[in-house]
Amino acid sequence: MNIHEYQAKEIFARFGIPVPAGTVVRTALEAEAVAARIGKPVVVKAQVLVGGRGKAGGVKIAQTPAEAKEKAGQILGMDIKGEKVQKVLVAEAVDIAREIYVGVVLDRRAQRPLIMASAEGGVEIEITARENPQAIRRVQIDPLQGIHPYAARNLAAELAGNAELAKPMADIIEKLYRVFDETDASLAEINPLVVTKDGRVLAIDAKLNFDDNALYRHADIEAMRDTEAEDAGEGKARAEGLSFVRLSGNVGCIVNGAGLAMATMDLVKEYGGQPANFLDIGGSSRPEKVVTALTIITADKSVRSILFNIFGGITRCDDVARGLVIAFNQMNLKLPVVVRLTGTNEKEAREILKQIPSLHSAETMDEAVKKAIQLAA
Amino acid sequence: MSILIDKNTRLVVQGITGRDGSFHSSQMMAYGTHVVAGVTPGKGGTKFEAKVPVFDSVHQAVDATGANVSVIYVRAPFAADAICEAADAGIRFVVCITEGVPVRDMLRVVPFLKERSTRLLGPNCPGLIAPNARVKVGILPGNIVLPGSVGVVSRSGTLTYEVVFQLTRAGLGQSTCIGIGGDPVIGTNFIDTLRLFQADDETEAIVMIGEIGGSDEEEAAAFIKEKVTKPVVSFIAGQTAPPGKRMGHAGAIVTGGSGTAADKIKALTAAGVPVARVPSEITSLITAAAPALRRA
Repeated sequence: MNIHEYQAKEIFARFGIPVPAGTVVRTALEAEAVAARIGKPVVVKAQVLVGGRGKAGGVKIAQTPAEAKEKAGQILGMDIKGEKVQKVLVAEAVDIAREIYVGVVLDRRAQRPLIMASAEGGVEIEITARENPQAIRRVQIDPLQGIHPYAARNLAAELAGNAELAKPMADIIEKLYRVFDETDASLAEINPLVVTKDGRVLAIDAKLNFDDNALYRHADIEAMRDTEAEDAGEGKARAEGLSFVRLSGNVGCIVNGAGLAMATMDLVKEYGGQPANFLDIGGSSRPEKVVTALTIITADKSVRSILFNIFGGITRCDDVARGLVIAFNQMNLKLPVVVRLTGTNEKEAREILKQIPSLHSAETMDEAVKKAIQLAA
Repeated sequence: MSILIDKNTRLVVQGITGRDGSFHSSQMMAYGTHVVAGVTPGKGGTKFEAKVPVFDSVHQAVDATGANVSVIYVRAPFAADAICEAADAGIRFVVCITEGVPVRDMLRVVPFLKERSTRLLGPNCPGLIAPNARVKVGILPGNIVLPGSVGVVSRSGTLTYEVVFQLTRAGLGQSTCIGIGGDPVIGTNFIDTLRLFQADDETEAIVMIGEIGGSDEEEAAAFIKEKVTKPVVSFIAGQTAPPGKRMGHAGAIVTGGSGTAADKIKALTAAGVPVARVPSEITSLITAAAPALRRA
């Protein structure tokens, strides 16, 4: 789960990481009021869960409250990479002397948290990693030890270049690791960590992504989920325990198992079609799950055909078939549906599916995909 | 694989009285696995299906029955603890089926197991099955496999079954089918498994099924080039997955441009591993790579 910059800054502030003063607002009038309260030039920043907000014109400086109202008016409602801007953060503008990158991620290979830091802040870390990898310092943390103060000190000393700045930087690095660890984050990033002209060290931007598997133990973080920004289909799927990712295409896919679902999408593309989505319906054969899956898929008006690709190992194919029949009778679908059901009791399953004569059936995954593409044309 | 499970496996099932634990224990026993004990804290003293003694702790189960392998069907918030309990009780091979274990928990499990020389398979995996010995630990269906000599290793569940089923239909039996799981932090990775297959007399050829996320396949490619002499063929799922989105499995995500299917396919191809364009191609690739494979 990802959260907005303003929310990440709230969490940072709770852990003692200095952030500029600021408030999130939904209207230009409110932006003006916040700017007036801050009493200095402000920066108005689009709050959307995508990168490249600045380049898209979603980050603007305002010298006066009136200007803040104007800029907020321009940014609110903007479309940035498919996301509509509903909120802006109005924050104290700072005079930047230096920009530094600091982030904590999981190093999958080492199976440990990894702190990455670079004196080349303000640029996307992936670009630095590609073009100037030696500019990135990497420090692995033993999760059982946590971050040793000496490790934070040594890293900060390299980044700061002087003793005065090294101390607040070391403090921020330690706290950023604590945020990562204690909130079950998958990414905790400050880009840029800024040294201002008057010598303050502040997190000008904040990014936090969380391990979905750990949200059960962070009700406060789960409550930060922006359901407005979430794709309606993905939200519904999440609520019903299905995995759904929207793509852009016309062949709707319903599959049991994430790997098989990915392979099915890939196959649609391979055979010249456009997969509309990824959807893992899981191992259950319950008709309610099928109805939910079909509801989510058919809400996408560009879907022209629906493909069920089910492998029944432990899950019995005849159980799935019964569930499909109940679901189809409930749904009254207009779109062509191809069903491929292979595995345990597949012969019985095929007999049961004859109850829905409009169903197209296929014996293999390849055949099913090709049929679904044909029917979508 | 005789190195991991065989007829000498004495299995303890953690979570035996739960819905999944009980269902799959019946299945494992019916297949031929020697299930000697179950553990559900609070249910010690009872019997599963009137045959298998249930204990309150893994330590008690091991003391009473000599259990040497554990399988875990415990809910996600408690799974990491269950893994550690098994290792501490002297179990040296633990299979964790549970999906949804937080990464932070697994980061603490890994060093705990290393200290005790305990191997973990999973979490979020279907387990493994050895058709020649008729032993299975986990949820892989026994009715789709065929005894033989193809080793299958995969990060997936039903995609594995799909591939195994096709191999079986082609008469290409399997030595061991192992699911290493879909999470970002797992106990046994591709290299670990390839090493075991390379050393296994029963295995003559290997099928490796990967997916987006992480760099396990790329590292495996380098390992195959240096250390694996048996033919390997592969399939990588997720070529059409969009960046930054978790595709079902917690570990199936392209982050910061890395972990793409394209990178993995490139690395494997460069290492001389044929990569199937579609799963149905695997059977013909394996036949071409290992023409001497015995067919049933």
